Amino acid sequence: MPTLTINGKEIEVPHGITVLQACELAGFEIPRFCYHERLSVAGNCRMCLVEMERAPKPIASCAMPVGDGMVIRTDSDKVRKARKGVMEFLLINHPLDCPICDQGGECDLQDQAMAYGYDSSRYEENKRAVSEKYMGPLIKTIMTRCIHCTRCVRFATEIGGVEEIGLIGRGEHAEISTLEKAINSELSGNLVDVCPVGALTNAPYAFSARPWELRKTLSVDVLDAVGSNIRVDARGREVMRVLPRLHEDVNEEWISDKTRQAVDGLHYRRLDRPYVRGADGKLKPASWNQAFEAIATKLKGLDGKKIAAIAGDLCDTESMLALKDFMQSLGSPNLDCRQDGAKLGGGARAEYLFNTGIAGIEQADAILLVGTNPRWEAAMANARIRKRFLQAAPPIGLIGQPVDLTYPTQHLGDGPQVLAELAEGKGAFFEVLKRAERPMIVLGSGAVARPDGAAVVAAARKLAEAVGAAGPQAPEGWNGYNLLQRAASRVGGLDLGFLPGEGGRDLEGILAGAESGEVEAVWLLGADELDMVRLGEAFVVYQGHHGDRGAHRADVILPGAAYTEKNGTYVNTEGRVQLGRLAAFPPGEAREDWTILRALSERVGETLPYDSLGELRARLVQLNPVFAALDTREPAAWEPFGTSGPLEAAPFDLPVENFYMTCPISRASKTMAACTEAFVAAPASVAAE
Amino acid sequence: MRVTSYRDPETGGFAFSEEAKAKADAYVARYPEGRQASAVLWLLYLAQEQNGGWLDDAAIEYVARYLQMAPIRVHEVASFFTMFNHQPLGRHHIQVCRTTSCWLRGSDEIVAACLEETGCGRLGATSDDGLFTVSEVECLGACANAPMFQVGDRDYFEDLTPDTARAVVRALRDGKPVQPGSQSGRTSSEPPADNRRTLLAEAGQG
Repeated sequence: MPTLTINGKEIEVPHGITVLQACELAGFEIPRFCYHERLSVAGNCRMCLVEMERAPKPIASCAMPVGDGMVIRTDSDKVRKARKGVMEFLLINHPLDCPICDQGGECDLQDQAMAYGYDSSRYEENKRAVSEKYMGPLIKTIMTRCIHCTRCVRFATEIGGVEEIGLIGRGEHAEISTLEKAINSELSGNLVDVCPVGALTNAPYAFSARPWELRKTLSVDVLDAVGSNIRVDARGREVMRVLPRLHEDVNEEWISDKTRQAVDGLHYRRLDRPYVRGADGKLKPASWNQAFEAIATKLKGLDGKKIAAIAGDLCDTESMLALKDFMQSLGSPNLDCRQDGAKLGGGARAEYLFNTGIAGIEQADAILLVGTNPRWEAAMANARIRKRFLQAAPPIGLIGQPVDLTYPTQHLGDGPQVLAELAEGKGAFFEVLKRAERPMIVLGSGAVARPDGAAVVAAARKLAEAVGAAGPQAPEGWNGYNLLQRAASRVGGLDLGFLPGEGGRDLEGILAGAESGEVEAVWLLGADELDMVRLGEAFVVYQGHHGDRGAHRADVILPGAAYTEKNGTYVNTEGRVQLGRLAAFPPGEAREDWTILRALSERVGETLPYDSLGELRARLVQLNPVFAALDTREPAAWEPFGTSGPLEAAPFDLPVENFYMTCPISRASKTMAACTEAFVAAPASVAAE
Repeated sequence: MRVTSYRDPETGGFAFSEEAKAKADAYVARYPEGRQASAVLWLLYLAQEQNGGWLDDAAIEYVARYLQMAPIRVHEVASFFTMFNHQPLGRHHIQVCRTTSCWLRGSDEIVAACLEETGCGRLGATSDDGLFTVSEVECLGACANAPMFQVGDRDYFEDLTPDTARAVVRALRDGKPVQPGSQSGRTSSEPPADNRRTLLAEAGQG
């Protein structure tokens, strides 16, 4: 291990790191623009200059590997003068428009100019001006501000896996460009974060707030099942934007465009007061009392077997538990949290978890994707697979519809038969998985939502055991069987057993019962992805936050809180329990969901036994201890699950047709509508012509 | 092997001729398997030659398709090098060197003479008869014979004076044969006829 002397302090650092990293380890901050920990080194901004003994000139510390015996100074007059010179050159062509720049207040250039900028400019010639570029509906460009650090080019190419942005021209005429095409990446919003100046800014958020006006709440995302850690920035009652928060094991420091940009959907189509369907068949605004009265009247004397409840994709576990307890007190065994009809749950926890963990992908040496498009179902997991591909290029097989995942895959086939054959040890890819030390099998949530879902699970399990991905033959601590969930509420719901009780109906049973009239009342807790026609004549209560499909069908609407408006527990696809926090209050008369159920239970005379969120959480932990361990990933025991059976010939369908619109929030978002038009609808209409 | 996702190149109507294709394949074969992108400069040059001296987007993206590169990467290369032209040019592209040696020896006058004689009006413009484009370029490596210009991609005309520069332009316009190389009668970069060894020396002093 090389030993360096940095500002007179001796430090031993690992081989192969750069002088900049060594300085950081020694506790000395180095200013930088082009250097970014997660991107390749470009070395073109020259802001990180430091003095090295016996070197004739200051060196760019980000591009200089450490050597034994180096003597570095980061605070000498020479260094400061050099950095001031670099800063002066950077500012030559940078406009003085900080007061109207959205990056103002959180701008690297602004901050570093405070430390290294001269107080006035010696430059009297004309500044250069660069025309704005079109980069799609999410990114606003003010290219005159660009300092050509090329972070955006490197991010798009390396992490996004989308080679559509580049540096055109040279010298004075260099410009960042996408050739006037939108960047077709589900991670493009991160370009705004990596841009150290105000050249690339968040287009939907343009000119709407200043960073110092915002109240910052640390929370988690629920628009997919990854549980990306986010920071919700709100002003007053309004959520202004969502930014990523560092979590090395989940989302690193990135988030998907849906996570970031769907928040404007929180302003539109909101349910802000209760509604009751009148005798004329129209929904009419009502008071909470009237709504509760209508429900209590309907439920009174109704046999529990004729009542059912379905939980949707965005629910917090607390509200699902309250609903489960409420249904049990009514004597109803008809519960289901799997609104996509997935054949999962009720048994081993390993069955429905992403057991390897998202960070665990970085150890896999062969990957099989089954019936999934991770790029759209869990963009951050896909980014991690790409990261692994760049590290070690493991063979990646794909069963299901061929999709462009930004890294090369071997397409093995379309349907479950291919999986079954692999499980029997046939096919070249079986050998690939078998030879691999840490193979991974990723089963998509769509692949198990088929009628033969349980058999697909069984086949995947058999394959996992046969190739030593899981079970007794797997390496110590390795579980390569993974189910990639796409609904934030799903693992939590399965963990707390929001499933049919004894003799209870599952989703299909509930829908069939409602059609035939055997089920007379259905409670939809934010459940919108159903065929509402199949609810027949049933009395439907919709509890949720958006006027989406469920609310249109409902007889009574109870306005709930969206994920930014309540404190809730969510379990991500890895089984990681995380807390979402209230960033802004729900609009109008809407309330946090568990409190609605608690109040109604009192009204119908079956009072739920908790009066505070703390008591409810205590009940949650009592029900399943996994909820007690926040932000950890307990390995799930490898117990039997899955039911072998005949597999259908039908190919695997992809459950997500449009990445940008998968839930009531994103469907209400104007930004997501613009993205759909730019990225999803347009290619289809071209093909149709 | 595609390791990233990118849109398909839009090659329009451009395609290499059989001859160019044979050359292109020979260039690509010079590089190891999987490194065919190294041939991008050769192929852009071929494309420019075939396209009449300049590259349009279709030609650039055709090269991207040929080498299985992301279109933006080829656009980056093509826009970086000044030898690739992005507008149609006159039949004769006169590139006057304006770097130090040539400038000290009067490249400004050569430029003025060329602009006037060709009728181009300004640098980068093409003359009305479509015969000439005059542009300034950085050092072409003929400092010992400064000032000079290059015509097309090949011919150097050296030791120019405004008069000899005009003569070359007139000859090109009239389609008469021109003799590339020194226009002052030198065969190489030997000392000039007046036998000066330095610019400051008086004529005739050794």
